[in-house]
Amino acid sequence: MLDVVYCFILIEGQLVTEIPKSSSGHHKDAAEQTPSRLERRFPDFSYITQNGRLTDFLDCVIISHFHLDHCGALPYFSEMVGYDGPIYMTHPTKAICPILLEDYRKITVDKKGETNFFTSQMIKDCMKKVVAVHLHQTVQVDEELEIKAYYAGHVLGAAMFQIKVGCESVVYTGDYNMTPDRHLGAAWIDKCRPDLLITESTYATTIRDSKRCRERDFLKKVHETVERGGKVLIPVFALGRAQELCILLETFWERMNLKAPIYFSTGLTEKANHYYKLFITWTNQKIRKTFVQRNMFEFKHIKAFDRAFADNPGPMVVFATPGMLHAGQSLQIFRKWAGNEKNMVIMPGYCVQGTVGHKILSGQRKLEMEGRQILEVKMQVEYMSFSAHADAKGIMQLIRQAEPRNVLLVHGEAKKMEFLKQKIEQEFHVNCYMPANGETTTIFTNPSIPVDISLGLLKRETAIDAKKPKLMHGTLIMKDNSFRLVSPEQALKELGLAEHQLRFTCRVHIQDPRKEHETVLRVYNHLKGVLKDYSVQHLPDGSITVESILIQATAHLEDQGTKVLLVSWTYQDEELGSYLTSLLKKGLPQSTS
Amino acid sequence: MLDCGLDMTSTLNFLPLPLVQSPRLSKLPGLVLKDGSTFLDKELKECSGHVFVDSVPEFCLPETELLDLSTVDVILISNYHCMMALPYITEYTGFTGTVYATEPTVQIGRLLMEELVNSIERVPKAQSASMWKNKEVQRLLPAPLKDAVEVSMWRKCYTMPEVNAALSKIQLVGYSQKIELFGAVQVTPLSSGYALGSSNWIIQSHYEKVSYVSGSSLLTTHPQPMDQASLKNSDVLILTGLTQIPTANPDGMVGEFCSNLAMTVRNGGNVLVPCYPSGVIYDLLECLYQYIDSAGLSNVPFYFISPVANSSLEFSQIFAEWLCHNKQTKVYLPEPPFPHAELIQTNKLKHYPSIHGDFSNDFKQPCVIFTGHPSLRFGDVVHFMELWGKSSLNTVIFTEPDFSYLDALAPYQPLAMKCVYCPIDTRLNFIQVSKLLKEVQPLHVVCPEQYTQPPPSQSHRTDLMIDCQPPPMSYRRAEVLTLPYKRRYEKIEIMPELADSLVPLEIKPGISLATVSAMLHTKDNKHVLQLPPKPPQPPTSKKRKRVSDDVPECKPLKPLLSGSIPVDQFVQTLEKHGFSDVKVEDTAKGHIVLLQEAETLIQIEEDSTHIICDNDEPLRVKLRDLVLKFLQKF
Repeated sequence: MLDVVYCFILIEGQLVTEIPKSSSGHHKDAAEQTPSRLERRFPDFSYITQNGRLTDFLDCVIISHFHLDHCGALPYFSEMVGYDGPIYMTHPTKAICPILLEDYRKITVDKKGETNFFTSQMIKDCMKKVVAVHLHQTVQVDEELEIKAYYAGHVLGAAMFQIKVGCESVVYTGDYNMTPDRHLGAAWIDKCRPDLLITESTYATTIRDSKRCRERDFLKKVHETVERGGKVLIPVFALGRAQELCILLETFWERMNLKAPIYFSTGLTEKANHYYKLFITWTNQKIRKTFVQRNMFEFKHIKAFDRAFADNPGPMVVFATPGMLHAGQSLQIFRKWAGNEKNMVIMPGYCVQGTVGHKILSGQRKLEMEGRQILEVKMQVEYMSFSAHADAKGIMQLIRQAEPRNVLLVHGEAKKMEFLKQKIEQEFHVNCYMPANGETTTIFTNPSIPVDISLGLLKRETAIDAKKPKLMHGTLIMKDNSFRLVSPEQALKELGLAEHQLRFTCRVHIQDPRKEHETVLRVYNHLKGVLKDYSVQHLPDGSITVESILIQATAHLEDQGTKVLLVSWTYQDEELGSYLTSLLKKGLPQSTS
Repeated sequence: MLDCGLDMTSTLNFLPLPLVQSPRLSKLPGLVLKDGSTFLDKELKECSGHVFVDSVPEFCLPETELLDLSTVDVILISNYHCMMALPYITEYTGFTGTVYATEPTVQIGRLLMEELVNSIERVPKAQSASMWKNKEVQRLLPAPLKDAVEVSMWRKCYTMPEVNAALSKIQLVGYSQKIELFGAVQVTPLSSGYALGSSNWIIQSHYEKVSYVSGSSLLTTHPQPMDQASLKNSDVLILTGLTQIPTANPDGMVGEFCSNLAMTVRNGGNVLVPCYPSGVIYDLLECLYQYIDSAGLSNVPFYFISPVANSSLEFSQIFAEWLCHNKQTKVYLPEPPFPHAELIQTNKLKHYPSIHGDFSNDFKQPCVIFTGHPSLRFGDVVHFMELWGKSSLNTVIFTEPDFSYLDALAPYQPLAMKCVYCPIDTRLNFIQVSKLLKEVQPLHVVCPEQYTQPPPSQSHRTDLMIDCQPPPMSYRRAEVLTLPYKRRYEKIEIMPELADSLVPLEIKPGISLATVSAMLHTKDNKHVLQLPPKPPQPPTSKKRKRVSDDVPECKPLKPLLSGSIPVDQFVQTLEKHGFSDVKVEDTAKGHIVLLQEAETLIQIEEDSTHIICDNDEPLRVKLRDLVLKFLQKF
């Protein structure tokens, strides 16, 4: 358990999922403004504190990637609710995030006239609090808390974060993708064995069909439409899948030598491609390797779109934002082209209820537009999932990589999560949790305690065979929160105490009429025969030692036929000493001569 | 192993490799020794009083004799200049370890190696001189060849397959990434501010910290600033890679560079800048970007010629995360971080892989050419030295500090061309070093011997040496140095079950003790203590045992004891437990307690107790336990 008193960590996705929502369990996009439906635009941060300052309750904020359902509420949170602590994100996220936020603000405030929203200045002020992190860099947030980013695929700059206090850790995945695509690599994490893995589970039950098939399907549909002179509209989110599909079409056009123009809507996407060029180290191996010869984001066939082009005759393909057809350029183009059955719209991602995208995907063909106007949709409508989330197989793969002790599922639909939860528990024998919105889950960990061991003691114990576990003895000194394990001798010395030696000497009577030194020799041979693993020595002065135990023989004062063996040992050799006396008491074997 | 640099000054002893047949070089006279013998005249040539080896240039390798390099587990690279010997180490010594470096270091290091291999391989030389290396022969030669060290160890350049094999052994790391090595130590690269991806390294265990500071800069150039804070609390700080030109101020040198360049071009001459394909060239291009319009140089073509020119310019633009704050901010806009993108776009800067091909068509004079290699022994620069050397209108400006410019120029003498020496070395100077050391306060400083005394040429400049307390420990080639600290502790983990079983006892106020008897497991240099296994159940079967079955298996040591036994109380205790005939005698050091009936005697002194009895085990055990009641266990 991460200590709640010392470090409460706000993980964006988690808080998003904490918003109580009545309808569908799908809590993506909760922070994103979608038409009409959402009453609460931003997460309810009073979950963190009712009346105190957020900064006092949070050590840091971590943003996993630039999608608005993960960072859309950030300026509201930091500037309007008020948070002054550090906000961590990767460099590409830091670069792209403010642009999407500004875009979001414009649509909400300028176009829709909403009030009580964050301003451009607030976005700027918020971004000033952002600390950019490198992949795999260990960031020391404060004396105890450290975080580390791992590559997550999904979108440019997306990262998973490991959060660590002492030897306890949590990994939060954000959104991730376990298979490399045309422009990004696969998510990767080392065997960091976190106490808890918080993973998204968007595609909890889906084992998605091969990507190749989906791509072929997509290209076929686009190609057929263009061949028959139709126009293809692909509403996209400006960054992410847009680039993936652009690369896909670009290479297809090149291979098939197609002439129909491809456009992407102006502004954001064009600029976006620039980010991909400058942050090419975040893309996949192949693109990185070849970028000097050919930068994959410098498209030959794809040109910037102008509003007037929509009325041009002949076939064309247009990528336009936003992705759910709820406003802006994609909606405008859609209205122009919807009436013609030769045309096609391809929805490459999920659409929130209430959007035009959602309506046409659910089969609606007559749409009520602004001013009671009815738009009849005759164009073909296709849905093709290209969003880059890990599927069930990928989630299992990540768990295998990281080897967490507990798993917590977020960002998915309850029913599907239940299925995945069972699968995880079965395969990995770890606890799996899927708390409902607003629910608190407590996870107990059982950390081992790190202490300092003196090198002298450690070397003494590992000198013989370091690999074999062995019993060791030491003294743990606990002083001012420091724990030191030292040898008992050192502990005594440090505390200024003297050792008290406890010694035993036992008289053992043996019937043996021979001379003393012969008796000694017999005892020696006997012990040597029995105690094979011990050092048994016959000393020149006539005594015998077994390790540090001393045995001397004297004649009995009265009885010449009896010899007295004096067996002497210290308390530290108690076991062996006690054993020896009982052994000798049994007498010497007769056979030895 | 810390770094893997290649000493390229050895190449200064060789004749330049011209790209096109040079009549001047091929006509140089062979060496005639003092005694008149001419047997070396094929191998050694004379030019303006200097002797040069007429052979493929060779490099001086890092020390490979001192230890078996196949036993090296890890090589840490601090910057791309310090990895040039990597193929020699990874491919020829049986090395099987891992090399750690940052991504820009690897990418740009690859470019430097590629340029090196390319410029040597494209001018195949039939002759390979080796006779002069014979110790007897070398003795007869004039300086500096006579004094060249370890010439038998000099090696020809590696090949591209070797470079690729070497680079494939590198593991990429990021700044402040903690890398566990065998569970024993943790290494962490930190930004050193000198070049793209350049790093200092921290090597630490739980208790000791060694910082390796190599090639660091406190100046604001294109790379991320140096991370000084993380170097604090070092037990030992190894300091190397200081500026080679401690007397030159880099800013002043850049100014001089610009003015000399402008003057030459205005007078109709050409400017040659021998340089590496990455590093300071980015800063020079940035200065020129701001300077050329104001200096009226907008129409002068700038050429950058290197087999890796294009790659270098492209790579510089994609390492946003490794750049200084200003450049990072530009990327967020998004704009290319370096203005050379604009110079290229506006055709002011053109780059070519070599002088052949497109360049010969586009070539217009007067112009400014950036090209390698700074040693002037190979690469396209040789061509321009030959081409422009005869005219005093032209200028060669030396900016790289690695080679003495006079030595570099020697095989081109006599030379009419102007030579300007503007070495730009942004690495730490001695003033910055003492500031740094004051800031991070390491317990000990270790550095090469030459930093502990003034430069030989300026022996009065006592300010040109490291000054710190305690004085630095110095090392030289092939010397073994023992670092002055003793390791005392290591981390061990106590498993929760074991921790629960411990019984702490407060011995003094604030100090508690617990005796620990546990199983020690050691794996990958990590130590864990677990509960000892439960003693096996005594066998219930009545099978007759052999004597040896009872021998105690391991030797679990009993704890040490401390304390003293008050005789009166002890006697009372004895009586309470049924001993009726207790007698006490005083001795010099303590007491003797006699149990007459049992023929038992207990000597009690301040620090010892001795129980002498007959072989009556139950009695002995009873007495033992009574004594132990008075003592503390450790």
